[in-house]
Amino acid sequence: MSQPTVVLDPTAGTTPSDRTRNHRPPSLVGVTVGLLDINKPRGDVFLDRVAERLGEQGATVLRYTKPTFTKPAPVDLRHEIATQCAAVIEALAD
Amino acid sequence: MLDGTTRAADEVVAVVPPALVECTVEKVAVNAVMAGCRPEYLPVVLAALEAVCTDEFNMHGILATTMGVGPVLVVNGPVASRIGMNSGVNALGQGNRANVTIGRAVQLVVRNVGGGAPGGIDRATHGSMAKLGFCFAEDEAGSPWTTLSEDRGFDRSQDVVTAFCGEGPRILVDQKSRSADSLVRALAEGLRSSVSPRVMMGMDVMLVLSPEHMSRFRDAGWDRNRFMAELSGHLTVNVDDVLAGAGGIEEGLPEGFAGMALPKFRPGGLLVVHAGGPAGLFSAIVGGWLNGPMGSEPTSREITP
Repeated sequence: MSQPTVVLDPTAGTTPSDRTRNHRPPSLVGVTVGLLDINKPRGDVFLDRVAERLGEQGATVLRYTKPTFTKPAPVDLRHEIATQCAAVIEALAD
Repeated sequence: MLDGTTRAADEVVAVVPPALVECTVEKVAVNAVMAGCRPEYLPVVLAALEAVCTDEFNMHGILATTMGVGPVLVVNGPVASRIGMNSGVNALGQGNRANVTIGRAVQLVVRNVGGGAPGGIDRATHGSMAKLGFCFAEDEAGSPWTTLSEDRGFDRSQDVVTAFCGEGPRILVDQKSRSADSLVRALAEGLRSSVSPRVMMGMDVMLVLSPEHMSRFRDAGWDRNRFMAELSGHLTVNVDDVLAGAGGIEEGLPEGFAGMALPKFRPGGLLVVHAGGPAGLFSAIVGGWLNGPMGSEPTSREITP
């Protein structure tokens, strides 16, 4: 009788967990929105304009910056944004 | 494959980006088999993964960047010849099982275990063959200089793999220089265009000197230190030539740098390796990516059984 074939998995064998997105706020009045600058050139140009537009719609805007665009945002920064804001906009750049 | 290492199959080798998954020796071995490695290559693959999966090397960012860079692996020490690595003819190309499969195994682990698939976290605009697998050995026996690993603080008797974040190689031609002084000037001129003539100090480079180019420096009695000093002297750039707007080109350094002379590469940002076939008055340039704590640091690890 032949030996059973064993197939080895080259992957991590994990699957990403599903997370439900927060509902979009029906209005921006009084909503705190975080703007995350990933620290690439001219990202601030884009975010300055976004901040202006959000302010016109009654949102409170908080600004954050990643230490470097080449690495994920540090856990502490993500926690700070999550606890202080109802929504976040991240700016790419160039 | 697991017979190639003394390490336990369930030992965690590294936490692999981008998903930050703990990766065991066995999981690396599975991917090494898929890459086509022989068991004796496994210790090199394991050490390379340890180097690549560090915060300073920043494999997550290297995957995610739109630049087509990947881990370029240089092997030093007796292990290279023991496992049949190529440091000679076509060292950066195809045809040598160890060179090709070690680099491929590392990439497969990052992709399969870490989840770094092209089009997912990997956002490279063009990509490059450095993302498929780029690994070679330094020609130590044929070099009059200290090795890359010695330059990085290791002993010549140690087996070491160095990971450098780089693109594919490009050829730098100089077939006419007969003196060390002429050749070093030509190499500097070529190196100034690494990545872009208008990128200064922010990105490192690897220079792979061919044996025929090396012979110019050997004949002149230059050691590595003399070569690096002479080369650095020719890599100082008049910033006015690379300011934003200079020559009608909007890319470039901000106006605040006007009037300055700056080095093309940061201190330590120029890695020099000796490899290649015995004929050919060419060297190879491997352009880098954002360096230092903001990007990627060249990272070396000792290869252990």
